Amino acid sequence: MTVSTDKSLPLRRRGPFGANVGDRVFHWGTLSIALIVPAVILLLWFVLTLDALPSIRRFGVHFFTRVVWDPNLSLEFGALDAIFGTVVSSLLALLIAVPISLGTALFLAELAPRRLRSPVSFLIELLAAVPSIVYGLWGVIVMVPAIRQIELWLGKPPIGYGMLAAGLILAIMILPYITSVSREVIQAVPRAQREASFALGATQWETLRGPVLRYARSGILGAIILGLGRALGETMAVTMVIGNVHEISASLFSPGYTLPSLLANEFAEASGALHTSALVEAALVLLFITIIVNACARLLIWRVAKGQARGVTE
Amino acid sequence: MSGLKRERTWRNMRRAMVNRLMWAGAILATLIALVPLALVLYHVLKLGLPALNWAFFTQLPKPVGETGGGMANAIVGTLILIGLASLVGLPVGMLGGIYLAEFGNGRAGGFIRFTADVLASVPSIVIGVLVWGLVVVPMKSFSALAGGVALGVMMIPLVMRTTEELVRLVPRSQREAALALGATRAKTTFTVVMAAARGGVITGVLLAVARIAGETAPLIFTALNNRFMSLRLDQPIASLPVTIWNYATSPYSDWIAKAWAGSFVLVALILILSIAARYATRGRFRLVR
Repeated sequence: MTVSTDKSLPLRRRGPFGANVGDRVFHWGTLSIALIVPAVILLLWFVLTLDALPSIRRFGVHFFTRVVWDPNLSLEFGALDAIFGTVVSSLLALLIAVPISLGTALFLAELAPRRLRSPVSFLIELLAAVPSIVYGLWGVIVMVPAIRQIELWLGKPPIGYGMLAAGLILAIMILPYITSVSREVIQAVPRAQREASFALGATQWETLRGPVLRYARSGILGAIILGLGRALGETMAVTMVIGNVHEISASLFSPGYTLPSLLANEFAEASGALHTSALVEAALVLLFITIIVNACARLLIWRVAKGQARGVTE
Repeated sequence: MSGLKRERTWRNMRRAMVNRLMWAGAILATLIALVPLALVLYHVLKLGLPALNWAFFTQLPKPVGETGGGMANAIVGTLILIGLASLVGLPVGMLGGIYLAEFGNGRAGGFIRFTADVLASVPSIVIGVLVWGLVVVPMKSFSALAGGVALGVMMIPLVMRTTEELVRLVPRSQREAALALGATRAKTTFTVVMAAARGGVITGVLLAVARIAGETAPLIFTALNNRFMSLRLDQPIASLPVTIWNYATSPYSDWIAKAWAGSFVLVALILILSIAARYATRGRFRLVR
């Protein structure tokens, strides 16, 4: 009863892991490997900023305000059209994908019979597994001719390539992301919220629209912004269907350009230091936009996850 | 709920109607969401399968204008690139994931987890620009090595997060049993815990491979392309996705047919890996992350 086990314990602790050298090596070794990830992020900013400097110095703010891309004669670069195309095609994709994704997420989270739930979710997630290049090929060979038919029917010149094609293909590609995250967020809403609403006599839809969606709102917004982040950086499929023309147009059917397409089309064959530098600046702008957008999304989703943890304990 | 009937007033009938309409909308949305998958798979099957033959796997591309030939160089190239990417991505991803699972509850862990999420969301083409600056410029040549590094960097966050999740899933009791027998923490992790998590980790690795196997954007200006069979790591190398891109945007119908065949091979590879992963882990694995 009075035996003190303190000194005889083999697992006596000295410091965080006792005296075992191997465990210290284990801790610091894996930590230094894990630190490669933040190092890569730092390197990204550093390398891209460094290589973009000539272009930043030369064009300054004009890089963002002009529509000019002439790597051959005047060596003037302004990427306003590509920034416009990137943002507009992505927003268009959201416009198409969000209603469909949210409908699907509601179906999967609330309505679908248990047997259907998991296979249908899997099929939707498979959309995310198909490589971008395959969507691009499909877009060029199947979707673009279909859009040409619509254009003919509307009495417009049948180009096919353009904003609408890019928006549609992007919508398909981000649909699984928005659906999957929203479904999770909706399922994370505590049961008590639903039961209280049912007990007050609300229909299923009223329960969803009221307490459930209110609870899940910021998480769903996070899912949408996550989809936006995906769309902004998507390269191959968009490059293949957007038409790659340097212009800003209000028409859905006119071709355009995006920042990733600029890189995909020109980087490997850039015709000189300034051209390369301007392309790296385009990459830097893209990196900046996507990191901001994704940080917002993560923050929103994370807040809901935290709220969920609180809801369970209450 | 069904036990309590609502009063049959106009207002309640309208509410029931809205309820049904909304559900019909949700079902419709789900059907619409499944259409593109069906269409893409249908066309890949219909146009890809007939273009596939033995020569596709064994022969080199024919010069422009001649029909026939295959993508043997691109298939070998993709395998080499996947190998190189795994050399970069697996050790870093797995050891990093082990760190997050074992020691990652503090501030450092949260920070690393956040940067892994950031890295996973960086557009793949931007990763290409980074590797171009770090590998292609100093080596003064596009190379298989650069392509492998670019894909490897993309693999790191994917492997890291799955490794962390799976290591955390191993029951505490197993860990405690090993520690009670006098094993050090490192020994416990690398023998008992990793043995328990092995199946899942392998699945996660396969999914990460499936994910990068189809990547085109980070290869365009790192690995570039090569019309010939190349096994050298310091030279440009062909890959399936980049070759599909070149062929898909060409005006030759034979090349476009080959692009479909290449897409079929890629999609088949990815579908098999994804379905196997789902089956092996009973659906615990998510393709979307």
